[in-house]
Amino acid sequence: MESMPMEVQHHHTAPTSFIRKYVFSVDHKVIGKQYYFLAIFSVFVGMVLSWLVRIHLVWPNIHIWGLGVLSPTGAPGGVMSPDYYLSLLTVHGTLMVFFVLTTAPQAGFGNYALPIQIGAEDMAFPVLNMLSFWVTFLALCALVATLFVKDGPPISGWTAYPPLSAVGSDAGPGLGMGQNLWAVSIALFCVGSLLGALNFIVTTVDLRCKGMTLMRMPLTCWAWLITAILSLLSFAVLFAACVLLFLDRNAGTSFFLPAGLLVNGKLQNHSGGSPLLWQHLFWFFGHPEVYIAIVPGFGVISHVLSVFSRKPVLGYKVIVGCLLSIGFLSFTVWGHHMFLSGMSPYSGFLFSIPTLIITIPATIVSLLWLGTVYGGRLRFTTSMMFGLGFISVFVTGGLGGMFLAQPSLDIFLHGTYFVVGHFHMVMGVAAIFGMFAGTYFWFPKMFGRMLNEKLGKVHFWITFVGVYCIFMPMHFIGLEGMPRRYSSFVNDAMQPLMPVHTFMTIAALTTGAAQFIFFFNLFWSMYKGAKAPDNPWESTTLEWTVPSPPPFDNFGGKHPVVSYDAYEYGVTRNGKDYIMQTDPPGQPASS
Amino acid sequence: MATLTPPVTVHMPPTNKDGGSSLPPIYGGGDGGRRDGAPGYGSRLRRARLGLAVAIAPIVMLFVAFTSAYVVRQGLPTLDEKTNTYVRDWIPVSLPIALLLVNTGLLLFSSIAAELARRQITRQAALAPVHSIPGVSLGAGKGLPWLGITVLLGGGFLAGQWMAWRVLADRGFYLATSASSSFVYLLTATHAVHLIGGMLVLLYAAVVSLLDKPVESRRIVVDVTAWYWHFMFLLWIYIFALMWFAR
Amino acid sequence: MGKAFGVVLTIITTISVAIFVSRHWWFPEVASAHGGAMDHQFVETFVGAAIGFILAQLALAVFAWKYGEQKGDNRPIRIFPGGVKWLLVLAFVYVGSEIILLEFVGQKVWAAMYFTPPATDSLQVQVLAGQFAFYFRYPGPDGKFGPIHADKIDEASANFFGIDPSDPASKDDIVTAELAVPVNKPVELLLNSKDMDHGFYLREMRVQQDMLPGMQIPIHFTPTKIGKYDIACNQLCGLGHYNMRAFLEVMSEEDYQKWIVQQASLQ
Repeated sequence: MESMPMEVQHHHTAPTSFIRKYVFSVDHKVIGKQYYFLAIFSVFVGMVLSWLVRIHLVWPNIHIWGLGVLSPTGAPGGVMSPDYYLSLLTVHGTLMVFFVLTTAPQAGFGNYALPIQIGAEDMAFPVLNMLSFWVTFLALCALVATLFVKDGPPISGWTAYPPLSAVGSDAGPGLGMGQNLWAVSIALFCVGSLLGALNFIVTTVDLRCKGMTLMRMPLTCWAWLITAILSLLSFAVLFAACVLLFLDRNAGTSFFLPAGLLVNGKLQNHSGGSPLLWQHLFWFFGHPEVYIAIVPGFGVISHVLSVFSRKPVLGYKVIVGCLLSIGFLSFTVWGHHMFLSGMSPYSGFLFSIPTLIITIPATIVSLLWLGTVYGGRLRFTTSMMFGLGFISVFVTGGLGGMFLAQPSLDIFLHGTYFVVGHFHMVMGVAAIFGMFAGTYFWFPKMFGRMLNEKLGKVHFWITFVGVYCIFMPMHFIGLEGMPRRYSSFVNDAMQPLMPVHTFMTIAALTTGAAQFIFFFNLFWSMYKGAKAPDNPWESTTLEWTVPSPPPFDNFGGKHPVVSYDAYEYGVTRNGKDYIMQTDPPGQPASS
Repeated sequence: MATLTPPVTVHMPPTNKDGGSSLPPIYGGGDGGRRDGAPGYGSRLRRARLGLAVAIAPIVMLFVAFTSAYVVRQGLPTLDEKTNTYVRDWIPVSLPIALLLVNTGLLLFSSIAAELARRQITRQAALAPVHSIPGVSLGAGKGLPWLGITVLLGGGFLAGQWMAWRVLADRGFYLATSASSSFVYLLTATHAVHLIGGMLVLLYAAVVSLLDKPVESRRIVVDVTAWYWHFMFLLWIYIFALMWFAR
Repeated sequence: MGKAFGVVLTIITTISVAIFVSRHWWFPEVASAHGGAMDHQFVETFVGAAIGFILAQLALAVFAWKYGEQKGDNRPIRIFPGGVKWLLVLAFVYVGSEIILLEFVGQKVWAAMYFTPPATDSLQVQVLAGQFAFYFRYPGPDGKFGPIHADKIDEASANFFGIDPSDPASKDDIVTAELAVPVNKPVELLLNSKDMDHGFYLREMRVQQDMLPGMQIPIHFTPTKIGKYDIACNQLCGLGHYNMRAFLEVMSEEDYQKWIVQQASLQ
């Protein structure tokens, strides 16, 4: 935890050995790519798991090739058992929330682009940066390992509510070794994120180049800074919760376990703890986590919309203010996950107030994006398409929150597919759209080649329509009161809804298949794509002043000096409609 | 509606303190720290201190989380289904107060020694340019090895904590005995782990000084570790107070 | 491309809203006294959300349709009329009025369920959840529940509540696997769990509450329709979670009296 600011490492030249260059590299660009590929791997596994989960819901007896080998107990003969459904659901959730939504937008793009955008040669503490990646990598290994241990992954869901997660293997499969590995994985992930957050904050505060005032930073940098602050304050709490859970599981303490628990016919030897305590600690982390996933997306989208609308971001300062207030408010709303948990109903009422208030800055930001697009000269690159798609899915998902923020409606909607549809739309899909927009935007800089735009468009259209087909119907069946985390539905009243599930499964399989277009595009373009110019998007920020890909020390030993705000579009100067941040000041501009 | 063009902001870089423009032109905000031998010690020290300040935040949050768990758990009534009433099951731990006071003293002196080490090396760093002039001797020796004393006293504190645990065990309070004892072990152990982390860095500093690195470079490690050490002392006072006043 | 986006987005918006409004998929019919107010609250929220949804999506569709850059396009960009100011006002007015409407006017349901004590003549029933079944206990003529002895719970001998037979308060307790209540009479349920975090979800009654071990959580409601309803566990409790259910049977007063006598004779 105590991240000792080690002496800053100094290098004359770029490392030449393969290990130092690509594996244990301290270069922020390599680390950013490492994080990005870690997220790509996780999102791939997570997506396959979501397929399996969706398939089991609709065709429970289907034989899935290879699954019987992976888990002879969980899927004998390749047919998933109901408990294996829960195991895979847990890994899907954990992978996606932690190793995709938390790593790629923040640690991936942030590591890559933040130092260049503020005109620094590297992060403040490069060795720490390398450590943070490798700790995160270990965390991923621990989580993936749960798939291969006896009994498989835990069945307690990504929220790991005790007593289920705390009483051990008496309670069900995967709750022995699998749950221990889960707790270790998450604790390691917390450490990695804290080290990363520390680096982001110091870098942004201390390493900005000459002229790069805070209010001249691209909004991406603001978003990464605010996300880093959220991570710094919330992951420590999750770490504490994981330590307590681990002790309850392995040292016989009773933080989360009350007395008189009778599990599977065995009286447990615990006294007086409270399962609610875990929920408070978990959601104190868990709600800021939602914003840790989405705020970098806010930054990327604001950035991309401005570039491809050829307009300055509308209300730069207001967006910064909104991001700050969202960050602050996100620490006051965790109780809305617990309206019906047995917490005092008065607290439930109080928690719903900031929950509704946080929609104000979110609404303002969405309106400002619309205002940015208004009257621009829109260039419909794939990155822009995902940017526009982001606004759409974010608004859709966000409005679902208006219902769930009210305790009285939560009485019916809590724990139904309405919730699943809501958070997938607002946190999953929106954040992933942000990642796609970022990928199509920065890929030329990262790899020196252009992504194929035609494939990109195909990818966008299937994905955009697909996510609506998957997650919109979840809202509908939620209204019928269909509970989530059910591997099958024994209630007759639920049977008429099964065709909706079939529809969603087919949509999920199709949308998932479309992601292979993306994967292909990614890896093919890396080697065969058209060579990227330095500034393919005619963008103003610092990363587009350097070659694609940038040299080891980013600016080739030069020291950039910034004279302009980040989004000077829509002006005419030297035959261009934008002014680079580093352009020399003082030249007259005409409009 | 009128077509508007945004006013183009063309002005010289401002000189406010907001950004890097107030920094020296070359080694200002922009150097990412890859320039070996650059005389940027001042900015590197500042960056390291900033890093420490930021790193303290999650440690504080960790203990905030433990504290809130502690307070909640202490005041939490639990349902006794046999009588169908809510009861409290908090058993106060009998702490070995005398021993813990001795430990506090050890850590206090350790912290003072760290401060003296910090001042010593700051002085050395300030005088380094003078020393480097041939033929000039200020006659000032190295003084007491304050860094070693810091580590020694810190080790004494840890040994004392270990003894306190043994006393608790003798009194029948183990980790899983009751919620109160769980928290005592948890808080002291977490604090000890952080202290050990600090000691590892101090040992690193000791090794570095043997390696004859420039004194300015050593100064950064010692300076930051000393501040961390003071934080560890304050944290211990806080933990001690929590365990004592919220029994 | 922008025009296509505008069209697709309009289609998505229309279909989504149409399906909601058609009420093809909608709440099951209300069968409790407070449920109507909740459905009303939902519709109010829905109207507010739908207005925001339609306006935002259509604005996006129109902008994408209209402002695409053409080849050789030298049209100057346009700043949003009035800049940030009107958008801020819109956000504060729209969301602010929603908050005031929903939060302070519309929380009657929550208050009715959780802030007000149950009626004094409520029928009290204790519920005990365990992996993966619910059991119910009626206090019998003395109106008192005997204590739950976790160590005495034994499925084999059907002692689901851990009843100590020598305890006088427990003697007349009636344990059932089904919840039956008379219609139009307030019910107070005392929710207990012996192992996991379970959920008690009664769709038609608009009742849901988590059940935690170490706590007894009371909830109350008044059923208004005779019928048989599904009780589902809605908090992940283990491998049999999907299969954990029970039934609530709302009966006429006479049927209920007959039923309870019959159950008492089975003890």
